[in-house]
Amino acid sequence: MQIYADNAATTKMSRTAIEAMLPYMETYFGNPSSLHSVGQAAAEALQKARESVAAALGADPREITFTSGGSEADNQAIVSAGNLGAKKGKKHIISTAFEHHAVLHTLKKMESQGFEVTLLPVHENGIVTAEEVAAAIRPDTCLVTIMFANNEIGSIQPIEAISRVCHEKGVLFHTDAVQAAGHLPINVKEQEIDMLSLSAHKFHGPKGVGVLYARRGIALSNIIEGGAQERGKRAGTENIPGIVGMAAALHEACTHMTENAAHMTALRDKLIAGLEKIPHGALNGDRANRLPGNINFCFEGIEGESLLLLLDQKGICASSGSACTSGSLEPSHVLLAIGRPHEVAHGSLRLSLCEWNTEAEVDYMLQEIPKVVDYLRSMSPVWKDLTSGKKKFML
Amino acid sequence: MALYSEKVMDHFTHPRNVGEIENADGVGQVGNAKCGDIMKIYLKIDNDVITDVKFNTFGCGSAIASSSMATEMIKGKPVSQALELTNKAVVEALDGLPAYKLHCSVLAEEAVKSALKDYYDKNNIAYDHSLFPNCEDCGYCEIKKEK
Repeated sequence: MQIYADNAATTKMSRTAIEAMLPYMETYFGNPSSLHSVGQAAAEALQKARESVAAALGADPREITFTSGGSEADNQAIVSAGNLGAKKGKKHIISTAFEHHAVLHTLKKMESQGFEVTLLPVHENGIVTAEEVAAAIRPDTCLVTIMFANNEIGSIQPIEAISRVCHEKGVLFHTDAVQAAGHLPINVKEQEIDMLSLSAHKFHGPKGVGVLYARRGIALSNIIEGGAQERGKRAGTENIPGIVGMAAALHEACTHMTENAAHMTALRDKLIAGLEKIPHGALNGDRANRLPGNINFCFEGIEGESLLLLLDQKGICASSGSACTSGSLEPSHVLLAIGRPHEVAHGSLRLSLCEWNTEAEVDYMLQEIPKVVDYLRSMSPVWKDLTSGKKKFML
Repeated sequence: MALYSEKVMDHFTHPRNVGEIENADGVGQVGNAKCGDIMKIYLKIDNDVITDVKFNTFGCGSAIASSSMATEMIKGKPVSQALELTNKAVVEALDGLPAYKLHCSVLAEEAVKSALKDYYDKNNIAYDHSLFPNCEDCGYCEIKKEK
């Protein structure tokens, strides 16, 4: 049995997306900038995809810019808002400590260019409040960028309340919705979102394609210079198969969002209840305001990479925030941000489900994961120090 | 290509010499839970020969495999030979480790040496202190920090 429980990393493509893409590789392979009929067929597909993606987000087609993915969209949103702010002498940006690196590293770059960045601390449940955002806004704040839902611990942020306080104070609001798009209801107009990033491969679409939504009137700065594609804001021949596949996948995800979420939430809660029986472990992230497919635990006394490798041997594909899985000394910045000590953050396990996971798979995981945790603890000197009372349990 | 060699996976999934030795003649623990790796090695020594060795490790796959391999390489060997164990020899015996995992083999070498040092200390045997370098001196952590 192979169980894929790493859908927050990437998803398997849906048949719908693949079949939507194929004609744009073999039949309508043209360049949308070409005047001939082969090119114009591609241009038509591009326009239809733009309309479809816009409709899924409650946006206007002109507000949709296709990018190479979530990272590029995050980069462009932040750089654009920074440039707009700098023109008015506003060079302060607010974000959180547990954003994706596409946001955090772009903010680091902005700092080197004279911007000041405030990273709000995150509560133990992985949620920032609108009040905290409001309190951090200054007269020179040009942008608030806060993720819709966290990629590691799944906590959903109070996006509407945050966007409201931003607009009361005349500040642009961007959200990295890479984990949310296709999984949670999004309407940029109702939720008053100025800019939003998403990535196709998180909802059964293809890799290498994403969207930057920017409300009309927000002038984007180019990250990639060149031709006049995407109204001159993103050069490079459009990835037509990718864009068409993304539009099809997003449409499908939004059409079945309610039943998919109900299915995943039931499996998620069963997994959480089962894994909570493992002693000296703890759920990371908020219990209620949580992505339907996200499960994230820390288990004391073990290290995440060895846990993942042994689970893989049992056919379970999962993920961890341990340092050893990243090639750096530091464990997940997200787990550290919610206050997990280093020792505990090394022993994290993330399972992320999609609508294709089954209850039988959940039962199998609940049967195997505790065994692997027990096995690794049996050879862990840290666990021995904890059980013998030499060290105090943290969880 | 897989992350680890078959040898590493074999020693990780079927680690040799896991456990503890009661009243061990030498015990050594190196590493730090904060950094994600701790190795503890227990030695039974008779007439200057390592007659038994066990380990406990908290860490990633390569840390467990390095501990397992290191214990296998010193079991039945005279203390003087065990002292010559190098991290390079452990890496070679494992058919290589990814560059950012080399520090695991350094930890294995140090854990063995730390247990041997404990044996010397317990038995008041004189030894050359330069044979036992500090964890901080290996350099791999520094390399990783720069990255």
